[in-house]
Amino acid sequence: MNGLRNFVDKIKPTFEKGGKLGFLHSTFDAFETFLFVPNTVTRRGAHVRDCVDLKRVMIMVVIALIPAMLFGIWNTGYQHSLAFGLDWGFWNIVLYGLVKVLPLYIVSYLVGLGIEFVSAQIQGHEVNEGYLVSGMLIPLIVPVDVPLWMLAIAVAFAVIIGKEVFGGTGMNIWNPALLTRAFLFFSYPSKMSGDTVWTGGVERFMNEGVAFQAGNGLVDGFSGATPLADPTLANLQPRLWDMILGTIPGSVGETSVIAILLGAIILIWTGVASWKIMASSVIGGLAIGYLGYAVGATDLPGYYQLVMGGFLFGTVFMATDPVTSAQTECGKWIYGFLVGALAVTVRLWNPGYPEGMMLAILLMNTFAPLIDHYVIEGSIKRRAKKVKTA
Amino acid sequence: MSNNIYLKKGLDLPINGKAAQNTRKVIIPDVMAVKPTDFRGLVPKLLVREGDKVLAGTPVLADKMSQNILFASPVSGTVAEVVRGEKRKLLEVRIKADEKQEYVDFGAKKVSSLSAEQIKESLLAAGLWPALTQRPYGIIANPETKPKAIFVSAFSTAPLAADTEYALNEQIAHVQTAVDALGKLAGCKVHVCVNAVNASATPFGKLQNVVLHSVSGKHPAGNVGVQIHHISPVQKGEIVWTVSPVMLAAIGKLFNTGKYDVRRKIAVTGPKAINPAYVEGYPGISMKDVKEFYNASENLRYISGDVLTGTNVGAEGFTGFFDNQITILEEGDKYELLGWAKPCRSKLFSASRTYFSWLTPNKKYDMDTNLHGGPRAFVVNDVYGKVLPMDLYPVYLLKACLANDIDKMEKFGIYEVLEEDLALCEYVCPSKIYIQQIITDGIALMLKEMC
Repeated sequence: MNGLRNFVDKIKPTFEKGGKLGFLHSTFDAFETFLFVPNTVTRRGAHVRDCVDLKRVMIMVVIALIPAMLFGIWNTGYQHSLAFGLDWGFWNIVLYGLVKVLPLYIVSYLVGLGIEFVSAQIQGHEVNEGYLVSGMLIPLIVPVDVPLWMLAIAVAFAVIIGKEVFGGTGMNIWNPALLTRAFLFFSYPSKMSGDTVWTGGVERFMNEGVAFQAGNGLVDGFSGATPLADPTLANLQPRLWDMILGTIPGSVGETSVIAILLGAIILIWTGVASWKIMASSVIGGLAIGYLGYAVGATDLPGYYQLVMGGFLFGTVFMATDPVTSAQTECGKWIYGFLVGALAVTVRLWNPGYPEGMMLAILLMNTFAPLIDHYVIEGSIKRRAKKVKTA
Repeated sequence: MSNNIYLKKGLDLPINGKAAQNTRKVIIPDVMAVKPTDFRGLVPKLLVREGDKVLAGTPVLADKMSQNILFASPVSGTVAEVVRGEKRKLLEVRIKADEKQEYVDFGAKKVSSLSAEQIKESLLAAGLWPALTQRPYGIIANPETKPKAIFVSAFSTAPLAADTEYALNEQIAHVQTAVDALGKLAGCKVHVCVNAVNASATPFGKLQNVVLHSVSGKHPAGNVGVQIHHISPVQKGEIVWTVSPVMLAAIGKLFNTGKYDVRRKIAVTGPKAINPAYVEGYPGISMKDVKEFYNASENLRYISGDVLTGTNVGAEGFTGFFDNQITILEEGDKYELLGWAKPCRSKLFSASRTYFSWLTPNKKYDMDTNLHGGPRAFVVNDVYGKVLPMDLYPVYLLKACLANDIDKMEKFGIYEVLEEDLALCEYVCPSKIYIQQIITDGIALMLKEMC
């Protein structure tokens, strides 16, 4: 450890202002603070500080995402094996999953972090760790076969227009990961919807007649459709357990309810994400789900809405983003409820979009400051009244 | 009459180095300092020159804005040095103390026979008026105004703070005199808050002519600002005064004995304090006067006050006018390999559950001054409310201060807070934002624009 520290100290002057590589100061600082908690001491105010920092907070979210990521890797291989009738064993499945998912991660982090580093360099401040989470999220909410160059453009759009122009992490109004998905969704709809995009290798097979392993065609009766394509009880009742386990086609990380709930437990236990938003989003989804069931918009009981598509993933990991969600405790209840309610409303009553979670969260991101505004106004008025009467 | 206030939010910092309840040393002062920097916004006027003889109670400074507010020497001696900083800003008046202490005789007076005006004159003349702090803004009270109420917090929940009962046990009669005097001076109620834990046992619970409140909760329940917020919040245009129990004792002594006697028990505390205990001392004593409490060869931080709100005075520094605590900490200027990524850091405390210190609720920690991270923008938004038992929106208030938006600062409660009330927010902040400095700047702006 001391050797490493000495090495860092030795090369540090090169990257300081006036050093040969002074223009890379932020980059060096990012790597140094990644390796070592800095030796900065408090200058003003409280002399001692809690040992939690944003790196720790962010790494907790990353850890919470690991179950969904691992399951996503496995499921990618599993769906491929299923589609082409390969009867693969576990390791084959995982290997295929890695081959498909790792490039998504590499592109996501290379492009996203690259832009973060450059913009930190330009503005001369420290590299913020916010993208650690965004970069982890993005591959999990896209179809596995999304072309990498599209992903790269979408990430660049989200990080530059969605975050850096506002001033970086903490200042953005929309969740950058969702913005990536929205960009892909509206720019390249053919790669983001339909029945063939959700299973790795199917698109390529349709176009070129080649699959990962030569000789196999698609199995008879392959549909590749996500539950959202045909949300009826007759279709989904037999698949309910598959939907909970996650052995269905879908975006990489969104399919497994169990893996997402593991993440939710970590987030709630550590207090990193707001349980209020999660709870109220589920309540909102259930409320509209059952309302639709009652008025005959769907024959699915409300709880099906929670296990389909990206609802749960969005609720646990995207809606709870502390920067873009509501900031007040009361506002969080309203915000979460509306996220859940809107998502299911879009599913049930808008024939154009089978899934509504992404747009529901982005819309509520936009309105979160308004919710907070009215919550605070109300609270200040109530208090003024109380003080007057007291 | 008794009122109970239960506060659920807050945090008691588990830090090592609580002072044992014994007086280890009676300090015979050598060089002491009167520091105008202890008072917010004070423009001091120097009344003495180097070489002048002073007695305990002789004014050495005056407030340039209202020149009847005087600041007195705590001891008798000779003015040794006037220390100035940048732009000749007056920082300290150092006084070399005599071996034998002599006091200016202000004459013992019975409070009951004095008028409000006479009480005011006595406090002003003896240099004890600066003991009265005005809210909003935490500035020296304006002698020309009357507050709507006076507040005293008879206990402190700050980390390792001096135990008020122990420190003032023999001074209760003086405190009673002071309370009577202030009640008469301001013509308003004097609210005293005691700790609910020992509300029936504490001598402060037996004070006469006051409105008693019992407050329960973790830090900052003992902060007078939090108590005011729950008893009678400061609205726009209103003024309240606050006095600390230590200053009450000094005010009482002035009327009972006729002397400017600011001697007090000072708790020497902190993880790096050796056998932490109390000393009998004055405001303005040098850190060298307590040198047996620390190992000067270590890299230490010397704080007058507590770890959350105290002033870093340095090894050569002097304690503040209001402080009755010294905290000695290790400077945390060390690197920690992959600190944030370790599953647990058993030697560090975190109020958040991202570490595991919540599993050992009774453990105390040797905290140091490391920032444990780099400064960032506001990201996590629900950590501040958990340690602030006030009906305020701290992040909104802070952003209003950062934006210099006076209307919003008013709306979000700048009149109700001082730095100390938000110190815990600063402690828990994962973005390492200098919250107290933001409030200081906000208050400075208010003072500039509103007065």
